[in-house]
Amino acid sequence: MSDQDILTALGEIVQEATGIPADRVVPAASFTNDLDIDSLSMVEIATMAEDRFNVSIPDSELSKLKTVGDVVDFLAKAGVAA
Amino acid sequence: MSTREVVITGIGATTPLGGDMESTWRGVLAGASGTTVLEEEWAAELPVRLAAPAAVEPASVLPPARLRSLDRNQQFALIAAREAWSDAGGPEVEPERLGAVFSSGIGGLITVLEQYDILNSRGARRVSPFTVPMIMPNGAVAAVALELNARAGAHAPVSACASGSEAIADGLEMIRAGRADVVLCGGSEAVIHALPLAAFAAMRALSARHEDPKGASRPFDKQRDGFVLGEGAAALVLETREHAEARGARIYAVLAGAGMASDAHHIAAPDPEGVGAGTAMAAAMKDAGLAPNDVGHLNAHATSTPTGDIAEAIAMRRAFGAHTDAISVTATKSCTGHLLGAAGALEAAITCLTLRDHKVPAIRNLDDPDDDVGLDLVRVTTRDLPAGRAALSNSFGFGGHDVALAFTEA
Repeated sequence: MSDQDILTALGEIVQEATGIPADRVVPAASFTNDLDIDSLSMVEIATMAEDRFNVSIPDSELSKLKTVGDVVDFLAKAGVAA
Repeated sequence: MSTREVVITGIGATTPLGGDMESTWRGVLAGASGTTVLEEEWAAELPVRLAAPAAVEPASVLPPARLRSLDRNQQFALIAAREAWSDAGGPEVEPERLGAVFSSGIGGLITVLEQYDILNSRGARRVSPFTVPMIMPNGAVAAVALELNARAGAHAPVSACASGSEAIADGLEMIRAGRADVVLCGGSEAVIHALPLAAFAAMRALSARHEDPKGASRPFDKQRDGFVLGEGAAALVLETREHAEARGARIYAVLAGAGMASDAHHIAAPDPEGVGAGTAMAAAMKDAGLAPNDVGHLNAHATSTPTGDIAEAIAMRRAFGAHTDAISVTATKSCTGHLLGAAGALEAAITCLTLRDHKVPAIRNLDDPDDDVGLDLVRVTTRDLPAGRAALSNSFGFGGHDVALAFTEA
């Protein structure tokens, strides 16, 4: 799965969980500062990503994922498939 | 009596009769019924399949992402609160002078049940991170206070089916005590689900008139056999008269007083002597500076249970004495069903509109009044309420909670 495919899927997840339009979910965007996503919604996004990509995102890793790009990199390294 | 007179400047509701207050009020005046037979699969095996669902689904009003993080009772609360606030003209008030008191009788029970199913079927890590803020009994007021940026205090008095009225009584006290100038008050409830229906049916509290659902909620009628579970919310904006007049706000009615008592009689059954209920009504009149013969109208709690309606009639006689027979009594649960923790707020809102329009709604389904009730029950058609009369609205809750609110004309 390409980084772009991952980004597109992540945008859909963020929009479903928070109502934030998917086109604002860009690699440089900080979840906290740019998208105003709180810690509870972040947990929900992580859970939805786990289900969508069939991957595990441990809490210790989740706390390090500050930007959309961080999540895309994490998922790409995990070798996720659509 | 306090010098800080409190008036009602905004009303909102979402109920089995309509998605806003005016459509609800039109439905009540027309004698409409919100009761239906539940056709959903989950209801098929229940002993009682009657309920009064909200006329407008929150999903058609709120965006999907909001729905995900709010229990249905919070969704109703938010919808009613927004309407009330907008109806009041969106008062300009410092956040530190704006309070919220909003109750639910049961809270986020549907979320509890849904998340428990997820826990069992998909495991602990799939339980929603929003579960706790959705199930907490203060969830509705928390959502409302956040929406309005209310910082004078957010409170959620819980007293079963008296909760909505208690919220209004507490809002009145909050303003009188000088803690706020404006308070958004109300109640919400959303428990039309198999477990609460089974549980209320187990208490033999629900009507089982499946063959005639629109005739199921029939307060004070000889054939009454229990209440109909409703859902929805109602909200009122309480404000000092000074604050309301300074901004030129339209005033529906004056919240002149409130009275509260408790039965200490039984965990669920009403006191057949109506002592606590009578005390609450007398206390509301005293608090409002009213004598019994000032009162021309009463919106009864009257849920359509055999024992509760009689106990309320006896309690009225305790409070009003010989004047009881001169009070035009309505019971609007005959139309709306019983919204539990939202009922008191909805009936307070209806009472304000009764005073505004000088029109008392008729009690639906009152075909054959119970001879033991002995009240002046408004039936068949609406009745004109003479100008200058005060009105009371009663709410009683399982646990023996008694609340009466007293309103006068604007």
